Amino acid sequence: MLAFITKRLAQTIPVIFGITLVVFLIMQMVPGDSAQVLAGEGASKETIENLRHNLGLDRPLYVQYFDSIAGLFQGDLGISAKSHQPVINEITTRLPISVELAFYSTLITIILGMTAGIISAVRPYSVSDMSVMVVALLGISFPSFWLGLILMYIFSVELQWFPVSGWDSVKHMILPAFTLGASGAAIVARMTRSSMLEVVRQDYIRTARAKGIRGYLVIYKHALRNALIPVITVVGLQFGALLGGTVLIESVFAINGLGRLIVESIRMRDIPMVQGGILVASLVFVIVNLFVDILYRFFNRRIDLN
Amino acid sequence: MAQEKVLEINQLKTYFHTKRGIGKVVDGIDLTLHKGETLGIVGESGCGKSMTSLSVLQLVPDPGKIVEGSVRLNNEELVGKSEKQMRNIRGNQISMIFQEPMTSLNPVISVGEQIAETIREHQGLNRKQAFQKSIEMLKLVGIPSPEKRAKQEPFQLSGGMRQRVMIAMALACNPEVLIADEPTTALDVTIQSQILKLMKNLQKKLKMGIIFITHDLGVVAETCDRVAVMYAGEIVEYSTTEELFRHPKHPYTKGLLQSLPKLYEDQEELQAMEGSIPSPFKEHQGCKFTDRCPIAEDSCHQIHPDLKMSSDHSYQVRCLFYQEEKELTKGMSSV
Ligand SMILES: Nc1ncnc2c1ncn2[C@@H]1O[C@H](COP(=O)(O)OP(=O)(O)OP(=O)(O)O)[C@@H](O)[C@H]1O
Ligand SMILES: [Mg+2]
Repeated sequence: MLAFITKRLAQTIPVIFGITLVVFLIMQMVPGDSAQVLAGEGASKETIENLRHNLGLDRPLYVQYFDSIAGLFQGDLGISAKSHQPVINEITTRLPISVELAFYSTLITIILGMTAGIISAVRPYSVSDMSVMVVALLGISFPSFWLGLILMYIFSVELQWFPVSGWDSVKHMILPAFTLGASGAAIVARMTRSSMLEVVRQDYIRTARAKGIRGYLVIYKHALRNALIPVITVVGLQFGALLGGTVLIESVFAINGLGRLIVESIRMRDIPMVQGGILVASLVFVIVNLFVDILYRFFNRRIDLN
Repeated sequence: MAQEKVLEINQLKTYFHTKRGIGKVVDGIDLTLHKGETLGIVGESGCGKSMTSLSVLQLVPDPGKIVEGSVRLNNEELVGKSEKQMRNIRGNQISMIFQEPMTSLNPVISVGEQIAETIREHQGLNRKQAFQKSIEMLKLVGIPSPEKRAKQEPFQLSGGMRQRVMIAMALACNPEVLIADEPTTALDVTIQSQILKLMKNLQKKLKMGIIFITHDLGVVAETCDRVAVMYAGEIVEYSTTEELFRHPKHPYTKGLLQSLPKLYEDQEELQAMEGSIPSPFKEHQGCKFTDRCPIAEDSCHQIHPDLKMSSDHSYQVRCLFYQEEKELTKGMSSV
């Protein structure tokens, strides 16, 4: 187990380097640079050249890249081209909001998804199963920003149960978290169902019944524990998708998270900010993946060895 | 031996209703198990041995159903009992050991807990007492350092050990009937004989009746008092083990015995019986064995033979041509 964790940790190092390189190169390909944006429309060529020099944009690409890597190791992500403040400052105020949103969404994904999946699996092909599966299919098919707009219209505008936007109280968080978690919940529900149906056919379930164990214990103790092992991976993968989703959802609900920061910065051509934002988001993704892998391995060790 | 009946199966029929039609998987079985006795059920793969035993516990998987017949435990009818009533019997009065030790234990629950939960369910002991008892059970089935093993999960145990755990689990509540469905098939020969010995010893100690399901006649000779030979959902021969081996009567039994390797005879090759068991979904008019029977005649295709009891009630045979005293003179030589 320890060997596995060490190996898995070592594997993340090249991944992180790869990410920095890709992010850097993509930013180079984007037409227009920070200097142009900062100088504003109608600025003279000279002003722009001067700005470029000041920002270090006239140096060779590899120098710029290694410079940014060197900065990264010191927690320095550069200076925002817009606000002239360190990028890291802005990110550290925005990141917790996105993490919070992702956390609540994951909670909804897990609780809603697993509950629905179990309800389905307990009586397969029944009315309750069919209804859950239809809703799940819709949940997967709806684009999240669209679902967000619909929910906002119904619950915030018409019913006025929840505020339209912002991020101050639990009330603010419910709609965005639900919107973001919905498709994940649908996927987890389908996964839980098929995994449960697979598990209840196993020999050890027959053994449990032959011992006279009561029905709900057979389901919750004997079947569910085994059925959830593959679901863990799905939840992990969903978390990745969820981070991507925050970009859209934060824009829809006007939440000042990291996703929205990145979108705004792209519009401003604030390259250091975009680069920093994507880098931090990717790091979070890599770390979560690492964690899920280890967790899965831990739960799965007894099955591997069979 | 005081012949006190503990389990009686009468005209048990378990059918599978599917799109393909009706599968008569268990088609009118009669069996009696006495206290402290071992009754063998032998037959080829697919003849309905497991479904018979699952029918006793009413754990036949969908779309199978018991459509007729009765199963009596100490004269109490089990067919038609509610799920809750059956739960009190399963693992308590009637226990079962399955043929796959590798997959029959839950991979994510410690073996001690898997034994203990049965004890809690049926004997109302608390967690600590039940776990203590599970350790005793592990000791009883000969698992070394049971305190340590109880806390381990199945993947940490070998196949033979897991089958011992299954036995410990089945015996934890002192059942009157133990159904062992090919408990040693998946194990290698030395482990197999250890497990058989263990079961024999425990049977003496606990005085339970055992239904021993196998397709290995060698194991039957070693362990069973009486034997029922099954073919395609029916019993074709039913007698004491000694009688069965000395004077097999049904051509199917003879075939099975001939396919056994004999050490003392100069046999060139192992004779496996040709052909296979007919599908339970196929409609049958005559005897189900005709396709493979060396002595079948036209009448066999028309008439379905009854299971005939010998005049001294010592054995039963299902064959049109079988007559008492006179051995079958046609076709096969007696073994
Ligand atoms: N779910 C099912 N649907 C239809 N038929 C089934 C189903 N399960 C089992 N059967 C049929 O029941 C018959 C008897 O099966 P059973 O498991 O009792 O055989 P067995 O004698 O125990 O064989 P083995 O020695 O391989 O364990 C088989 O012929 C099989 O075709
Ligand atoms: Mg079987």
